[in-house]
Amino acid sequence: MSITYLEAIREAQARALREDPNVFIYGQDIARFGGAFKATKNLAREFPGRVLDSPISEDAMMGLAVGAAIEGMRPIVEMQFADFSSIAFNQIVNQAATHYWRTGIPCPLVVRLPSGGTAGSGPFHSQSMESLYAHYPGLIVLTPATVGDAYWMLLEAITLNDPVIFCEHKFLYYHLKADELPDERLPIGKARIVRHGKHASVVTYSAMLHESLRAADELAKLGYEIEVVDLRSIKPMDTDTILASVARTGRLLAVGEAFPWGGVTAEVVSRVVAEGFHLLDAPPKRLNARDTPIPYHPNLWAAHRPTAATIAEALRELLGF
Amino acid sequence: MDSHASLFQEGFHWMLLARTLEEKIAALYHAGKIVGGVYLGRGQEAFSASMALCLEKGRDIFAPLIRDQAGRMAFGEPMIDTARTYLGSALGPMRGRDGNIHRGRPSKGMPAMISHLGAMIAVVCGMLKARQFQGQSGTVGATCIGDGGTSTGAFHEAMNMASVERLPLVIAVANNQFAYSTPTDRQYGCRDLVDRAAGYGVEGYVVDGTDLEACLEVFTKAVSRARAGHGPQMVVGNLLRLCGHGAHDDGSYIPDELKATDLGRDCLKLARQRMLNKNWATLSELEMMEAEASEAVQQAVAQAQRDPLPDPAQESWQPISSTWLMETMTNSPFHTDSKRA
Repeated sequence: MSITYLEAIREAQARALREDPNVFIYGQDIARFGGAFKATKNLAREFPGRVLDSPISEDAMMGLAVGAAIEGMRPIVEMQFADFSSIAFNQIVNQAATHYWRTGIPCPLVVRLPSGGTAGSGPFHSQSMESLYAHYPGLIVLTPATVGDAYWMLLEAITLNDPVIFCEHKFLYYHLKADELPDERLPIGKARIVRHGKHASVVTYSAMLHESLRAADELAKLGYEIEVVDLRSIKPMDTDTILASVARTGRLLAVGEAFPWGGVTAEVVSRVVAEGFHLLDAPPKRLNARDTPIPYHPNLWAAHRPTAATIAEALRELLGF
Repeated sequence: MDSHASLFQEGFHWMLLARTLEEKIAALYHAGKIVGGVYLGRGQEAFSASMALCLEKGRDIFAPLIRDQAGRMAFGEPMIDTARTYLGSALGPMRGRDGNIHRGRPSKGMPAMISHLGAMIAVVCGMLKARQFQGQSGTVGATCIGDGGTSTGAFHEAMNMASVERLPLVIAVANNQFAYSTPTDRQYGCRDLVDRAAGYGVEGYVVDGTDLEACLEVFTKAVSRARAGHGPQMVVGNLLRLCGHGAHDDGSYIPDELKATDLGRDCLKLARQRMLNKNWATLSELEMMEAEASEAVQQAVAQAQRDPLPDPAQESWQPISSTWLMETMTNSPFHTDSKRA
């Protein structure tokens, strides 16, 4: 029996609802309909009154979640697409993120963001928001890239006493399958070395992990052993694991699907340069999406974000320095 | 004395205390003793105190906004919380991390407002939803907003959501005629703000916000309707802000003709006169109350001024409660603290 990334998210929510009466889910079309992506399929039937359809009001949805969280509940908010969380931005960054620091009362909630690009989705159904939210103090930002992480990290996120931005990748929803849920799990805040190597380190996360692994396969044909690090958690970021990897390889390529100005890959590079400059044998590189809105047509979209081919090309340049 | 009279007296008491305290805070501001803004509720005390007096302390929820000093006190916020927050005491509820009206005690049913208008309404909805989940029926949640705040998307979203969920929410809309300097004809296009209630499917009321007795009556009704399961209630109080937006603003844009209308009446003076007319207090009793209010304010301010100030070396600088994750978060070249510096 196999399980997809999307089913893992559903199963994690089912388990959380089963184990903790304080958990409830709030979002658009999530009750009887089971959600735009079916991440809550059958949950409303299994857990009556705890999986609730919301009006199309992202700001109010988040405000409700904050209010419930500070009263002891553990709300999960499903944004239909990560892009629409821009409407809830105020409640996320000014209300949820500041609450514990201002008042001493924790605000335990999870915002699920169906993130990233898929062919044909265009400018408003493809965005990756992790860098934006990671910029704000008070938020934990997670970007699971595997079926196991989707399951275990979501479960752990729900138990945390802080607001968590949970960036699920829509491309992985159906494409990514595991034979079964792995028992192996790493705690939130730890990166994972997915592939060991010695010639260069690729530090990446979410769907770009899989593109990077394919690029590493390409480079292996040329005799290069590429180490691939999955950040898993954007904030906190596991600087130690990144530095240890660069110490082994001397070369760094940071890959992300988000827009290029600032952001996660810039953070990775600046941490390595600031704390591990002496470890580098070549200038570190970053690879991101292009600095334009995300195009609709698959021809343009495929050229907008990093792919295995462009990652492999960047690696060849890095190795040729 | 009947309950009607004692409620009025209590309302007057909190109005008087709030006015006295705010006058002191404004004086401290003008003397340069307060860092940051000072926002006063002058002219809105009757409306604000009435809202809070109709709630049950220890059971209900009250999310005040910037002109609710009277309501805060009537709901049980101690005067020292105000003094400490304005004066930046390390011992206040916000410990120097936030200031002035951005204070609260969520564990006592009073969330701490953020500056973004309309944002607290949905939070109150969530608190009410939590009470429902936890099987505590009968809780009422109240919050306040002004005419300007009703123009925000957050207001519309939350009012609609409260209606969909049929939550026991009471929203007090203080139509004080100006949002900072913007008059109502540049703020909304409807005939009366209460017309919006019908659009949301909630029960709406209009009241003379300068009249304590009328305010008490309308909020008593609205709160009991909400508690009895009739869904959200919206009370629009017409009044005039008898001061600037903040202590930094002289409000010179408010026309004298408007001040001369009934809207511009001082609710505290009206209530005081009513106390005398109804023989609920003698002049000397009122003067005694006023002296006691001044004394209480002096004591609170003096105590807050003796308090320790926040110390950056003692501050945890920790924005999340998951301490083990903080250890990872601070492992960054950009995090500087005394140990690293």
